[in-house]
Amino acid sequence: MLEIKNVTKIFNAGTVNEKVALDDVSITLNDGDFVTVIGGNGAGKSTLLNSVAGTFPIDDGNIIIDGTDITKLPEYKRAQFIGRVFQDPMTGTAADMWIEENMAIAMRRGKSRGLSWAINDNDRKIYKELLKRLDLGLEDRLSTKVGLLSGGQRQAITLLMASMNHPKLLLLDEHTAALDPKTAAKVLSITSEIVSQEKLTTLMITHNMKDAITHGNRLIMMNNGKIILDISGEEKKKLTVENLLQAFTKISGDVFASDKALLS
Amino acid sequence: MDFLNWLGAMPGAAAQGMIWGIMAIGVYITFKILELSDLTVDGSMVTGMATCAMLMAAGWNVWAAMLIAFIAGMAAGLVTGLFHTIMGIPAILSGILTQLILWSVNLKIMGKANQALPARSYDVLITQLRKYESLVYLFLICIVLIAVLYWFFGTRYGMSIRATGCNVKMSRAQGINTSSNKVVGLALSNGIVALAGALLAQYSGKADISDGRGAIVIGLAAVIIGEAIVSRMGQSFVIRLTGVLIGGVIYYIVYQTVIFLGLDTDLLKMLSAIVVAIFLAVPHLKKTYFSKPAVRNTKEAA
Repeated sequence: MLEIKNVTKIFNAGTVNEKVALDDVSITLNDGDFVTVIGGNGAGKSTLLNSVAGTFPIDDGNIIIDGTDITKLPEYKRAQFIGRVFQDPMTGTAADMWIEENMAIAMRRGKSRGLSWAINDNDRKIYKELLKRLDLGLEDRLSTKVGLLSGGQRQAITLLMASMNHPKLLLLDEHTAALDPKTAAKVLSITSEIVSQEKLTTLMITHNMKDAITHGNRLIMMNNGKIILDISGEEKKKLTVENLLQAFTKISGDVFASDKALLS
Repeated sequence: MDFLNWLGAMPGAAAQGMIWGIMAIGVYITFKILELSDLTVDGSMVTGMATCAMLMAAGWNVWAAMLIAFIAGMAAGLVTGLFHTIMGIPAILSGILTQLILWSVNLKIMGKANQALPARSYDVLITQLRKYESLVYLFLICIVLIAVLYWFFGTRYGMSIRATGCNVKMSRAQGINTSSNKVVGLALSNGIVALAGALLAQYSGKADISDGRGAIVIGLAAVIIGEAIVSRMGQSFVIRLTGVLIGGVIYYIVYQTVIFLGLDTDLLKMLSAIVVAIFLAVPHLKKTYFSKPAVRNTKEAA
């Protein structure tokens, strides 16, 4: 369970460029919630995810995972609770290292890394089983450098790595945005499969309203650093892009401004 | 006659080349694995020389003296690492600061600007008086060093250091303490550099405060030559480390040959630096001026 309590984040405080990216945001995710996050440019979606992940310190509020207050923990220590996939396919994996080496690193997320040999045959069996689920033929390429793979393949591997060891929370930051439509659809369907099989509590940012509606059991919309809409259950199943846009205009008194969302 | 003289100088050049090759393996750890430019080495090389020379002059066993030299080098790397991570000073500047600190430290270790370590008076492991025997010892030391590093970087911990150099964001997201890994990598690197210094002091029979000047350039030269040699022989870690070692030997043989041909030795440091600058520039120049149209899926992603 993730609790975000009254979190505020201000960038460039005290300057002309001051930007309140998160304005007293509170939300609680129940175990197994798959929450999709939508919102216009600069709405605070990524800031929300990065605040939870610990990329930067927040200015006010608390972040609690399963009763543990992680507000003050450095990013690398929060990783024991959190799996992440980034927007840029280059970010989530180490390009110069092999597929099996990347997976071996993810395998020890949140555990101690001692001086025992990193990969044995049993580990390789596990990696192959996991890679088979992707259906991308990667199970036979364990000793291929990840840098030689396509963006979609890299995102799929990052997704596997992020979901290893059953993290208490999975953070997906527009992880299909940099992919071509066909690959994006494939990576998204893999995402859904992994999240439902592993019953992972998930927070997924997307710029695609349709994806936000069809995936997950709960949808939140952000604007100007606030959560302005929180829909779940039966109500979410009945959502359409049109009534989402209408809801946005009604609540914010503004037109939904996201170049990406409008173009897609 | 000249050629025979040159040939006669080769075992000595090979021995010194291997010592610089060991030093270059230390540079490889920071420059290639951690992707940090660490200038501590100009100082930690001399720290190794001074520590070994002083301890042996005080009657210590050669192995114990080399061990302490290694530890002293690690301490130097630790300082650079803490400057860089805890104090947030850019890596290159951290190294320069430590290098300057070490100048004073090295003077204090020796109590003067140089310390003699004549092989006739002390029981050294390697010396130019016994070149072939020294070569055998150096060869064995290199094998052990490469084996240990191969093991270390294949462990869970060692792999997390490699990941740190490769992708910091990914490493943190996977729970790796990238700061402490950088410190450990810098310490290990400078420990190896100091070990090379300890060997060099024995071989040349002295330690001098200015012996480390330009060491980083020689180390980089060896790394670059090594990469060029083994780039077509696969990407295995052992092969790459061996390449760096061979790079050191080749560098030193070329160096000796150039001296032999009567080049003004005052110009040597400048020439070394220019050669390294050219090689470091090659990837950039290739990309900027000679780039071919991109071919899908064959180029390594940046």
